[in-house]
Amino acid sequence: MIHYPAVVVIASLLGAFIAGILAWVQERYTYPAALIATGISCAAAVWDLIYVAGHGPIAYHMAGWAPPMGIEYRIDTLNAMVLVLITAIAFLNLAASWPNVKQEMPDRSPSFYVMYLLFVVGLTGVASTGDLFNLYVLIEITSLSSYTMIALGDRDRGPISALNYVFVGVIGASFYLLGVGYIYIKTGTLNMAEFAAMIPNIQDSTTILTAFILCIVGVFIKMALFPLHVWLPNAYSYAPVGFARIVAPLMTKVMVYVMVRLMITVFGLDYIFIKLHIADTIVWLGTIAILAGGVMALAQTNLKKMLAYIIVCEIGYMVGGAWLGNDSGITGAVLHILNDGIMTFALFLAVGNMVYKLDRVEIKDLKGLFAGMPWTMTGFVLAAFSIVGVPPTCGFFSKWYLILGAFEAGAWHFAAALLISSLICAVLFFKVFEVCFFESPDTHDGPGSDAHGHHTTVAIQEAPAISLAVLGIAGISLIVVGLYSKTIVVRLIWPLLNP
Amino acid sequence: MELITSIKPVLAVLIPLAVIPVLVSSGGRPNVREAWAFIAGILSFTLVASMVPAVLDENRIGMTLFPIAPGADIALRVDALGMLFALVASSLYIITSMYSIGYMRGLNEHSQTRFVAFFALAISATIGAAFSANLLTLYLFYEILSLATYPLVTHHQDENSKVSGRKYLTFILGTSIGLVLPAMIWCYHATGTLEFSAAGIFESDLSTPSATVLLLMFVFGFAKAGIMPVHSWLPAAMVAPTPVSALLHAVAVVKVGVFSIVRVLTGIFGVELLSSLGLGGLVAFIASVTILVSSAIALSQDEFKRRLAYSTIGQLSYIVLGAALLSPKGMTGGILHITMHAFGKITLFFCAGAIFVATGKKYLSQMVGIGYRMPVTMTAFLIGSMSIIGLPPTGGFISKWYLVLGTLEGDQAVMLFVLLTSSLLNAAYFMPIFYKAFFCTQEEAMFERKFDEAPVMCVVPLVITALISFILFFAPQPFLNLSTLAVTGFTGG
Repeated sequence: MIHYPAVVVIASLLGAFIAGILAWVQERYTYPAALIATGISCAAAVWDLIYVAGHGPIAYHMAGWAPPMGIEYRIDTLNAMVLVLITAIAFLNLAASWPNVKQEMPDRSPSFYVMYLLFVVGLTGVASTGDLFNLYVLIEITSLSSYTMIALGDRDRGPISALNYVFVGVIGASFYLLGVGYIYIKTGTLNMAEFAAMIPNIQDSTTILTAFILCIVGVFIKMALFPLHVWLPNAYSYAPVGFARIVAPLMTKVMVYVMVRLMITVFGLDYIFIKLHIADTIVWLGTIAILAGGVMALAQTNLKKMLAYIIVCEIGYMVGGAWLGNDSGITGAVLHILNDGIMTFALFLAVGNMVYKLDRVEIKDLKGLFAGMPWTMTGFVLAAFSIVGVPPTCGFFSKWYLILGAFEAGAWHFAAALLISSLICAVLFFKVFEVCFFESPDTHDGPGSDAHGHHTTVAIQEAPAISLAVLGIAGISLIVVGLYSKTIVVRLIWPLLNP
Repeated sequence: MELITSIKPVLAVLIPLAVIPVLVSSGGRPNVREAWAFIAGILSFTLVASMVPAVLDENRIGMTLFPIAPGADIALRVDALGMLFALVASSLYIITSMYSIGYMRGLNEHSQTRFVAFFALAISATIGAAFSANLLTLYLFYEILSLATYPLVTHHQDENSKVSGRKYLTFILGTSIGLVLPAMIWCYHATGTLEFSAAGIFESDLSTPSATVLLLMFVFGFAKAGIMPVHSWLPAAMVAPTPVSALLHAVAVVKVGVFSIVRVLTGIFGVELLSSLGLGGLVAFIASVTILVSSAIALSQDEFKRRLAYSTIGQLSYIVLGAALLSPKGMTGGILHITMHAFGKITLFFCAGAIFVATGKKYLSQMVGIGYRMPVTMTAFLIGSMSIIGLPPTGGFISKWYLVLGTLEGDQAVMLFVLLTSSLLNAAYFMPIFYKAFFCTQEEAMFERKFDEAPVMCVVPLVITALISFILFFAPQPFLNLSTLAVTGFTGG
């Protein structure tokens, strides 16, 4: 019996307990404990991925109980990839954010680390489990820990954003739970694989249709698909930096993973694209989300808010792509889970570095940042180009598959939205770059009239080395993952679509 | 013809890229930094040049770097057309590096390290574009070049360069993302490949309306080629320091634009398909309009670099026109014009920059009588402008000769008229500059009759490029052979 699938989740869970106890005994050991726990999770996830890519899916029965009684963890290439993404970001972010946590919450850092680990437990669990109800429980673990951590953020607006998030999050979870209830009533099973085997016989059932719609709406709320996104921008902008850096790249992406899982494994592509006739509508929803997210991002004056709306826009990419109904579309959506995770992580890492030095990240306050924080800005520029979709950064390649999928499906509106959003993102980021590049922080009356020479030199004030190192890793992976797209697609995504 | 697998093209692209960290880390010692830039330039050029014999033997040299999707890899492959362009770009990079030293130090410019570093990145992307084996790779280097050039265009970091930078990005990025990207995916969707091949990638299953739309998306999408109406970024980009205008906006960037169009015409559509659909005429028409209109606009420009920019827009369309003629001679002339125009126009930009460094003058109306003060520069200017007009004994004559032959060969008298009219216009906007520089009365002259040239590092490069323009008239062989070979490849014998 291979125990690595369990280790991924349990390492962080045990880590949370140990860190919690250490918080009482020896406070300064909580951080190393958390770092080690996420490190072990990450190593186990990498092992999973290597094993699954070579040997096919792993079915792991928790505590040896076989389904339907026990909970099954089922790891295939899709969730192995998502698990590596989650645990790698969790580990790297913990390393990068240590200075930020110390700066932002000197008195409450142990509780931050404990909640952080529980959040990782939730995410890794969601990505591992093969049980529909267990999925609900783990989504709630993720959500509850994120409510707490968002409330730890900005003293004025953190709690209210968290409360807003709680209301919407609970509604979303209730939808999903209700759907699972229907499934259980109809089939008597909660195991994904068992349910999937029953689907061909019961696909005309209204109960199943209701269950599907309830589940998918719940997931849409949790992933902040426009117009169900209203909780996201505030929650992500007022969260503490150390948490924003993990929740922004991962939370929505993991919910997209859940959607893809429901589509591919649970209900099955035949049921979704042949039986149901809602794919076109959802592609339209994705199109609208892309455009609305982009336009709202344009209206923001705060960098964090702007990035939050870009996330809303990116969700449209993945939802629309997955529902195009062809291999290219789903490939693009799944590849974008990975790519968008990395690029959002890199962006928020850079923003976290800016917050560390500047405190506020109103776009107009970022003057002279290219001179002041050259390394942070290099990472930021690279991630921005990936969002815009400039090759060879990874964002280009998932966009490539998405647009190709749109062409194959004849979904011209979706292809147009993808291209327009690329242009909008270019405008968004160059608006920021212009402030950072052209305006020097010393002069308040605009740029100087002396065109040649004599520019005031801005002293370099960079973020701590560890934060920069992690940003460097993220930046390099943007390009490496991009260049190895074909390997990822062929080895990890296609086996999923054509088993 | 065989395909030789070699890492040489990869190295030619990587060397200017790899030297960037060295350039940045030696930022405090300008001489060391510049020495490294030279070493990189010379190494890269040597690598490119070392592949010439193999290419002339009708071999192709290449390597697949990263498979991206079936039929679309990131791969480099050197053929005659790519070799010709890479040879021009990498040799002129060395000369421009020298000129930059004179110009940037002469004006005591700020942030010289950033300038040198992005310059190296731009040249790396240019060589990459020249050696691209397929449209995806070409697009990749095209985009890198667009973004690498932005900090160079906006080098002065003032309000003026900010506005120009916006215009630059809007046109270049807007068209490449808005038009080329969907066109490329359309091609891939229709054929499953993006590999350049003389027969084209479409197996004649492309209807005329789709082919027309697709072609227009490419022609206007590669806005770096400055086809009207997507040309206006180029005059705006003249706000950049002159070495940038010289190498990037007369050679590298703009020619990556026309190069891409030529590649698409000959490698994606294929000469045969284009002539059977009669689409060559459409592109030739668009190019002709650009040639005439931009030459006419150039007449009215008083700012030296803006006049050169409009001249460049016209000359770029010569290349597109040549390729669109679809006749062997015309295509040879068009491709050859990449070289001839490059050496001629870079000379003119060098002159404009040298005058600015020496006197601070930017406007032609302020340059009356400058010939006595800067005779070397103005003589070089004469040679450069003769090459652009197409007068013997300069290289520009050869390429125009072939273009004219091409119009006759294709029986396109209208295009012949366009070429000749444009030559007259070229003469009309260049010759007065030279005339006023030397032939003016004592009262008109704005400068003392005293020899006072720009710094040596500025003057030597422009003498070199002017000399090369001159020599190319007598010895066009390497480039002429490459372009003939390229055309033989496109037309299949």
